[in-house]
Amino acid sequence: MRHDIHTVLLLGSGALKIGQAGEFDYSGSQALKAMREEGIRTVLINPNIATVQTSEGVADKVYFLPVTPDTVERVIEREHPDGILLSFGGQTALNCGVELYRKGILQRYGVRVLGTPVETIMDTEDRELFVRRLDEIDVLTIRSYPASSIDEAKQAAEDLGYPLIVRAAYALGGLGSGFVDNDEELTEVCEKAFAFAPQVLVEKSLRGWKEIEYEVMRDRYDNCITVCNMENFDPLGIHTGESIVVAPSQTLSNSDFHFLRELAIRIVRHLGIVGECNVQFAYDPDSTDYRVIEVNARLSRSSALASKATGYPLAFVAAKLGLGYGLFELKNSVTKTTPAFFEPALDYVVCKIPRWDLNKFQHVSRKIGSSMKSVGEVMSIGRTFEEAMQKGLRMIGQGAVGFAGNKPLPVEDIRQALSEPTDTRIFVVAQALELGMSVDEIYSLTRIDRWFLNKLRGIVETDQALCAYNSIESLPVDLLRLAKRQGFSDERIQQALYKGQGEALANELKVRAYRQQAGIVPYVKQIDTLAAEFPAQTNYLYLTYNGSKSDLDEMPAAKDQGAVIVLGSGAYRIGSSVEFDWCSVMAMQEIRAHGYRGVMINYNPETVSTDYDQCDRLYFDELTLERVLDICELEHPTGVVVSVGGQIPNNLALPLHRLGIRILGTSAENIDRAEDRHKFSSIVDALGIDQPEWAEVTSMADLDAFVARVGFPILVRPSYVLSGAAMNVCHTRANLERCLSMAAEVSQEHPVVVSRFITRCKEIEFDAVADHGQLLASAISEHIEFAGVHSGDATIVFPAQRLYVETVRRIKRIAARIAAELDITGPFNIQFLAKENQIKVIECNLRASRSFPFVSKVLKINLIRLATQAMLGMKPAPLQEKAFDLDYVGVKSAQFSFARLENADPMLRVDMCSTGEVGCLGNSVDEALMKSILSVGQGISGKRVLLSTGDPIEKAEMLEACRLLARNGYELYATGGTYKYLVENDIPCRRVLWPSESSETWELKDLPGALEMIHRREVDLVINIPKNFSEGELTNGYRIRRAAIDCNIPLYTNARLATAFIRALCAFADTPLPLKGWDEY
Amino acid sequence: MNIQSDTAVLRLANGSEYRGKAFGYRGNAEGEAVFSTAMVGYPESLTDPSYAGQILCVSYPLVGNYGVPAPGADAQGISLHFESERIWARALVIGDYTDEYSHWDAVESLDSWLNEQHIPAIWGVDTRALTQELRQQGSMLARIEPLTDGARADMQIVVHPDTENLIAQVSCRDIIRYSAIAQTGVKKTICVVDCGVKHNILRCFVQRGVDVIRVPWDYDFNTIAWDGLFVSNGPGNPAMADVTVQHLRQAMQGDKPIFGICMGNQLMARAAGAETYKLKYGHRSHNQPVRMIGTNRCYITSQNHGFAVDDRQLNSDWEPWFVNMNDGTNEGIRHKSKPFCSVQFHPEASSGPTDTGFLFDEFLQKVMNKR
Repeated sequence: MRHDIHTVLLLGSGALKIGQAGEFDYSGSQALKAMREEGIRTVLINPNIATVQTSEGVADKVYFLPVTPDTVERVIEREHPDGILLSFGGQTALNCGVELYRKGILQRYGVRVLGTPVETIMDTEDRELFVRRLDEIDVLTIRSYPASSIDEAKQAAEDLGYPLIVRAAYALGGLGSGFVDNDEELTEVCEKAFAFAPQVLVEKSLRGWKEIEYEVMRDRYDNCITVCNMENFDPLGIHTGESIVVAPSQTLSNSDFHFLRELAIRIVRHLGIVGECNVQFAYDPDSTDYRVIEVNARLSRSSALASKATGYPLAFVAAKLGLGYGLFELKNSVTKTTPAFFEPALDYVVCKIPRWDLNKFQHVSRKIGSSMKSVGEVMSIGRTFEEAMQKGLRMIGQGAVGFAGNKPLPVEDIRQALSEPTDTRIFVVAQALELGMSVDEIYSLTRIDRWFLNKLRGIVETDQALCAYNSIESLPVDLLRLAKRQGFSDERIQQALYKGQGEALANELKVRAYRQQAGIVPYVKQIDTLAAEFPAQTNYLYLTYNGSKSDLDEMPAAKDQGAVIVLGSGAYRIGSSVEFDWCSVMAMQEIRAHGYRGVMINYNPETVSTDYDQCDRLYFDELTLERVLDICELEHPTGVVVSVGGQIPNNLALPLHRLGIRILGTSAENIDRAEDRHKFSSIVDALGIDQPEWAEVTSMADLDAFVARVGFPILVRPSYVLSGAAMNVCHTRANLERCLSMAAEVSQEHPVVVSRFITRCKEIEFDAVADHGQLLASAISEHIEFAGVHSGDATIVFPAQRLYVETVRRIKRIAARIAAELDITGPFNIQFLAKENQIKVIECNLRASRSFPFVSKVLKINLIRLATQAMLGMKPAPLQEKAFDLDYVGVKSAQFSFARLENADPMLRVDMCSTGEVGCLGNSVDEALMKSILSVGQGISGKRVLLSTGDPIEKAEMLEACRLLARNGYELYATGGTYKYLVENDIPCRRVLWPSESSETWELKDLPGALEMIHRREVDLVINIPKNFSEGELTNGYRIRRAAIDCNIPLYTNARLATAFIRALCAFADTPLPLKGWDEY
Repeated sequence: MNIQSDTAVLRLANGSEYRGKAFGYRGNAEGEAVFSTAMVGYPESLTDPSYAGQILCVSYPLVGNYGVPAPGADAQGISLHFESERIWARALVIGDYTDEYSHWDAVESLDSWLNEQHIPAIWGVDTRALTQELRQQGSMLARIEPLTDGARADMQIVVHPDTENLIAQVSCRDIIRYSAIAQTGVKKTICVVDCGVKHNILRCFVQRGVDVIRVPWDYDFNTIAWDGLFVSNGPGNPAMADVTVQHLRQAMQGDKPIFGICMGNQLMARAAGAETYKLKYGHRSHNQPVRMIGTNRCYITSQNHGFAVDDRQLNSDWEPWFVNMNDGTNEGIRHKSKPFCSVQFHPEASSGPTDTGFLFDEFLQKVMNKR
């Protein structure tokens, strides 16, 4: 141990984005816990305000600041850390650390890197160095040619021959990588890659090989273990983050398994890793030929998965190894008696399945490949592969009932769909099997190992066998048992048997009752790291039908006031991510603090809530009615909390309540009254509260009638069954038709909700806690953007700075009336529109909202703990008004991941498309906004700005901002209309051409094209405000926006936000941003 | 697997029953039920002579995934994929069986191989529950049989394998010679005392450039010439091999290098004055952590043994060498001055991790250094 380490700085990973998500909240939290245990003071830099690691009691000091070398240096100057941890904050922290090291900053301040040395990190990050290092020990890597220009890349292609893969150096999640089959594709991919990296690597493609990963730990005494190996279901060619992953490997023999394990250890020893490391192999399915794909010398998504898959806390142990411990000096945290030097033995199988949200984007390519697009993942546990797989496919929350029996996909050519994988690939495989395609044919098209395909075929066969019966009573018990052992849900069995006859839920409950009568019930099993070889007091549990005995019998009798179950938030997806994990963890802490047995149900391996240290019992299992009922029957809970995990638990409130489960907090009926549009609307009307006109229409005629009454624009929400099409604002009839054309039909069965869309209107968030209808605390925040940008994408200021006192008063009054009417107990959120003191309610959720962690941390009052006290019936006192008087302000900014979503239009709409967020504090809005914008990587590094500022109103709105830019020495470039307007207003600027304008005509001669300037990186910021919704404008604007994203140039598409940013930018043009810790505000 | 297959039952001596589906050979089998937590390596384990007399219960539920490779041996008769010429375990108990295996070097399914070798097996068992029971109550006698309406078989008739001389059953009958398949400067010969030697041990020697003389367990190797002596792994109770211990004591009068693995460790310990005792449920897994005593060097090892050495009784010339980090049991001993040592775990792996293969190098180094 290093006794000379007193203060340690940990770099977090910042906002969640594609390729870097919640797993780093988990790993960072674990590392901080490990440091604290040693009595070491911890300082954390992480602008991601919704994380658990930035909560009170985790680190000693928290800075909500961007993880950039400048900021980190300034924090080092203030805090004088002795050591720094770089491997717990993903690629962001690692890159920042390498930069600090290169600049000599760490040396200058005497900060030691704990764990793996920076030199080793650089060896693993630079492909050329990496290959050289592995050559030294005769380990095969993928033959690769570095290229710094497209010509060099073409030269490499000539030597290697297609197919090839192009990768960008130093990129997270395979950003800017791609497979190419010819010169044209090579040029295209290289252009994009060079936007992010100075160098690309051209390699021979090994598409179709198996992809196998090992998680290795090494201590400073050179002791090594491999904690877990994992096999990708999808063969090489699909990024491991996009692939279904199975642990442990299924198709490797003993010699395969240990051959690769031995290589992994040899590599880790040679590189000199201290801590945790991930080694990825490509493995020939027809021989023992292999290549090392890459080595991640840091905690990763895979390591978080491995931790959850095995129960071995990799991050925690890695942090201890960084302090100089040997693996033999640490304990296995599950058995508490055996050492941490061991390799977990599993007696179950785990599936990780990615969750995509490509529906949320326009024009996006749905193909999956070597770069990541998924936004979240789930992990499922079973004692057969079939059981784990079917559980997992339900967990991703996209309407699947399992592997078999889902609604057919609209697939034109199934062979093509199999060979060109998209986000729905697994369901295409299901469809192919259902159509009777052979395993060999599917194998030849997908290269998914036949072992997996045969298992999947077995599921389809069972499904078809089920369909041959018409009632549960006629179904042979053996077949029912087999189905359950293969992971079929009661819901699917109901569908297969009753084929739409009768009420679905009633049928499902009939299946359940019959099944239980027949003694077919799930058993609880522990994840104990040693496959039952040693007794373990573990609370880490899952349910399986492949068993005959429950491990609950092994656990000591509970000595508590009864169980309270918290339903977690499931897979991270757009609209629901780390913020609900924070809410779940906070609720759980409060529940345990009051002597209840805290039981968590969740299945997302990236989360802190699924860390078994966080609760008394963790059921890593499904959040379906069936499974929650199973767990309730085992735990006999005092109550279930459904209001802290987002929409999934919220939707379970009513069915659980009807089946006799006690819901804590607001009653299920009242939750339903707020959820049901018709019911809520009549409540609002009865209370005399204003709301935008709306209607639920079932025909085009009804829709036209509605438009005739309220006029355009209108907000259209097709029900998701129609097409998965997003919410949209329609400005014209043509617009409307286009928007609904994606929808198969508007009918009685599939109604469309339309409402009047009010333009240039403020949007206000009201987050609050109530007890029996009485408000206990509330937080009012405002959006910088006008309504029309989804609240998850909007920039939010708290406390609201620019509201009339009268508006605030009215909002509180309305909220109080709604709280009383719905008899709310617990957290809730109302969204309001405000225009000139007129207030309209647009939405009300009787659950915690996305902004709860943000407002709680800005206020330094934990609203979830308060809400939990209310739900537990502790009758907490209302908070004093002055608690809400702040002399500082918080700003929350959204993080977008458009760069990874090929072709997606990076425009803000009514439907959410951001993948994460940050929240920063400041003494003024400008200061907080600047920090939060820098934290999402939207700052500007040069002085050249390209402007297209939209319609006349927005042009006028942005005029002063443009003047500010000019005055502060920025060079302005503008497209036609904007150019004219700026010049008329005496703002110097240069005209550039729209993509559709030709420089051939004499008056446009010699003008630069906007696209060319972007491609040549001759601009440092692009402000492109979409003007109207004509196709031409959309195309022109789209091409500029997309080019900015592809060339990694900051882009603003909202006039209000762009203006606010420019103001903040100019305000801090000459003064450095003040840095203060959270506690200093 | 077809759900129509017959029901079979595993009955434990304590009266517990585990029902499942029959596969492999349809018949009865009796033996000592032991569990292993290894996640791969069923072809190696089943053919490991150390499993003679035992019913192997695999905790990890998915078995059969990669089928079974072709039998076959190299020119000298060392099996290419297996640890001996046949399956030695008496029966196999697993959770979920895969008949449609997938692996490039597999030639048949586990079911068909077990059937050829007359080994009954059962799948569909809650192997975690079974493991817990064997852990809590200890390894015990058991019987696999088809489930019939007839009367329950009487467990008393089963002979406990610990009372049989299993070593004699698995050892070779005659001397077998193997030549080095790698060339080194000096020609050295290792005498392998076959108590049930795994073929990978033979391979570990010949690949390192030494000749091997494999002698039966009770053969007096003091009567032949060798440069190094190796005492192999083997099944059952080390107390059954007193004759080998006598021969070892004589060899230890000299100072030529001696190395032992598993049963070899137990026999050398007995020769060095220590006793051996039966562990409640043994060590059978690929994840056993051992530490070299007095150092910070730790290794993950493959293990398969039911008996252990009580190293407190070792003669003063001897000392414990390795210790099990989970339960503190002995994992190896060494002589304080002479080149004699042995380990309880399996440096030859197969199946299991290969981390301790260097022990062969160290042993052979001593052999090479000896003039």
